[in-house]
Amino acid sequence: MRNFHRSLLALAFSLAASLAALPAVQAQVSFERILNAEREPENWLSYSATLDNQRYSRLDSINTRNVAELELAWVWQARSLEKFEATPLVVDGILYTVQAPNDVVALDAATGRVFWTYHHEPSPLARTCCGRVNRGLAIVGDTLFMGTIDAHLLAIDAKSGALIWDTTVADAAENYSITMAPMVVRDKVMIGTAGGDFATRGQIAAFDVATGKELWRFHTIPAPGEPGNETWAGDSWKTGGAAVWNAGAYDPESNLGFWGTGNPQPDWDGRERRGDNLYSDSVVALDVDTGELAWHFQFTPHDELDYDSTQVPVLADIVWRGEPRRVMLWANRNGLMYVLDRVTGKFLFGKPYVEVNWMDGFDANGRPQRVPGMLPSPEGTLIRPHVHGAVNWAPPSFSPRTGLFYVSHWENSGIMAIEGQFPQPVGINRRQTAMGQVNLEPFFNNDDEAYGVVRAYDPDTLEPVWEFKMTDITWGGVLTTAGDLAFGGGREGYLLGLDARSGELLWRASLGGQISSAPMSYAVNGKQFIAIAAGSALFTFVLPER
Amino acid sequence: MKRFIPTLLLVLAVGAGSRVIAQHATAFDIEDGGRAFESTCAGCHGPDGNLIAGIDFRRGVFRRPLTDAEIVAIILRGIPNTPMPATPGMNEEQATQIVAYLRSLPETFTEPSTVGDAARGQAIFAGEGQCLDCHSVAGEGSRLGPDLSRIGLDRRAAEIELSLLDPDAEIQPTNRFVTVTPRRAEPVTGRLLNHDTFTVQLMLADERLQLFEKSELRDLAFVASPMPSYRGSLDAQALADVLSYLVSLRGDSLP
Repeated sequence: MRNFHRSLLALAFSLAASLAALPAVQAQVSFERILNAEREPENWLSYSATLDNQRYSRLDSINTRNVAELELAWVWQARSLEKFEATPLVVDGILYTVQAPNDVVALDAATGRVFWTYHHEPSPLARTCCGRVNRGLAIVGDTLFMGTIDAHLLAIDAKSGALIWDTTVADAAENYSITMAPMVVRDKVMIGTAGGDFATRGQIAAFDVATGKELWRFHTIPAPGEPGNETWAGDSWKTGGAAVWNAGAYDPESNLGFWGTGNPQPDWDGRERRGDNLYSDSVVALDVDTGELAWHFQFTPHDELDYDSTQVPVLADIVWRGEPRRVMLWANRNGLMYVLDRVTGKFLFGKPYVEVNWMDGFDANGRPQRVPGMLPSPEGTLIRPHVHGAVNWAPPSFSPRTGLFYVSHWENSGIMAIEGQFPQPVGINRRQTAMGQVNLEPFFNNDDEAYGVVRAYDPDTLEPVWEFKMTDITWGGVLTTAGDLAFGGGREGYLLGLDARSGELLWRASLGGQISSAPMSYAVNGKQFIAIAAGSALFTFVLPER
Repeated sequence: MKRFIPTLLLVLAVGAGSRVIAQHATAFDIEDGGRAFESTCAGCHGPDGNLIAGIDFRRGVFRRPLTDAEIVAIILRGIPNTPMPATPGMNEEQATQIVAYLRSLPETFTEPSTVGDAARGQAIFAGEGQCLDCHSVAGEGSRLGPDLSRIGLDRRAAEIELSLLDPDAEIQPTNRFVTVTPRRAEPVTGRLLNHDTFTVQLMLADERLQLFEKSELRDLAFVASPMPSYRGSLDAQALADVLSYLVSLRGDSLP
């Protein structure tokens, strides 16, 4: 009897084991799975793997001891010359990504071969400030979601690639667009509108995942009668920008969603929009059930330097200066790094992480104290960081293993001048604008004035623990892994494998095109992959077969 | 956010108050018009407005006398069946500012004091000047320095003159020279073609292309331009001759 039981048990185990080994166990992606995505590190179920945006992979078969052996697994070439900004999703062996501007592609994650492509033809009215790009998808159940550059939100069947519904989020003819990855919480998919360099008014809206019906809408600029509208002079609130164009985060304990907001518009000329311009350059915390504002924190009141705060919010439960805290870590475009209490929105600590000369301290609430005279002038004023900021949108990472916050950013400075009658940025020697028209090439006197880094910061002090310096600047994000690795890169087109504790370079690959995305990791049949988009292609790397 | 033109245009459109007449233009109008000229017109007319035969804005020379209003109309709507295109997206205020700028040019234009002879200049260029040791024109000479086949289109006379007299004054990033010192070899100097975190790519004096791993270098340093100054070594007339020759190089002999 006992032996018979044993045999049955053995049979059951072997069945379970063989089932587990099958790659094709493709269950629906419940919200429970997304919420607990750290339990299935072989998958990558939301923009930054987990809704806290830590962009940390619990896979460790690639680690500091063997990363030097990484070799190419496969390459997928997008038929697009736009910047490849999307982070893929991986669900049970299927990789989903976006071919810019708005084609969804389903690939076999082990081989890179294509199952299907869903093509969306954006309206000719679609207008983007900075490229017809897309940063990624969301999934729940068997449904993928994508925002489009003509400001639609699409639901697409993850198996067949067929369109399920198509909802207009905002009017492309009024310069609204969508470039960010949506976020799903339970039955809602949430997305924001880009277009904040044009006369628009930023929004975040929630839609029923099954039907596309709108459930709530939050305007990032309050209307007359709402608190905060008084921070906009005259009618400037109607066209004040404050767009939402990068992924949000979700905290299940408070049921709050967090999104960063963009610059007030016009970008460099605040004369017609006197006041703090709430909630531009802020993080807003919204009840995801109702869309009601729980709290906000404004990083740069009355911004005239284009310091979008659309960085990805990174949430962490850490012991901060000896006390358990639920924090939000934020390396802002304005050159300042922040630790916020994400329950209350309270400012805990902040300091410059690059050279900053437009402010010289914070008040108790985290409001920056401006340095008088650091404004555009007829003779030109050197401002650090310049309108490029210290970082743009590329996602950072937090490793719970090292407790460090990893940010890829750059040093730069430039001149704000009043040329003719209007403020505008110019190159450091005034011969050229600081924002090249095609490739955002900054203009500097010498090569020491601008460079990119990957840096690891201690959240207690916001001091760098190490840095890896690049010659060129970087638009790439960072991935950390349980193998104590940090992957990053930049415009030079190298993917870097760094020791997450020391910053030592352990491996690199020259990919021949700029990295305008962030690395991610997944596994198929127990084999770990590192994936990165560079140029027009998606590259994956694995350890060699033994 | 990242690009500024749309915002600038919007600001211009919102900010420009009353209509400006060229004859009553302010310094601001002329400055704004100059900027608009550089971005919209200089591609064909040249930075000095003298690249199209029969037209020389520096001297106020048009194909025929035109009123301000006629020039505004030409800027906005172009001239049918000619290469002069319409400028969609430009409004009348901006076109008027360009006219103000064009009308201001003859007041500041002065003829160069020494008139050069391009044929004599070419002989000096190929001879005692030894310019072809580093530069090339229409495929003749060295590839080490910048190709000058169309320098007359790319640079103004004053900029070329500055380079002849003070070669280090202004150097394009693509024309910089570096010296690299390998750990176990003699220093090598070459033109910096590219570099990144890990590597440097040079053209050496013998036109060889070579990559160096930065990790294998003891030192890497920018060096002054290898071009000599011709101040003193060529007299004023010879300099004017070379300048005339260089200004005349407009890529005509290129494929």
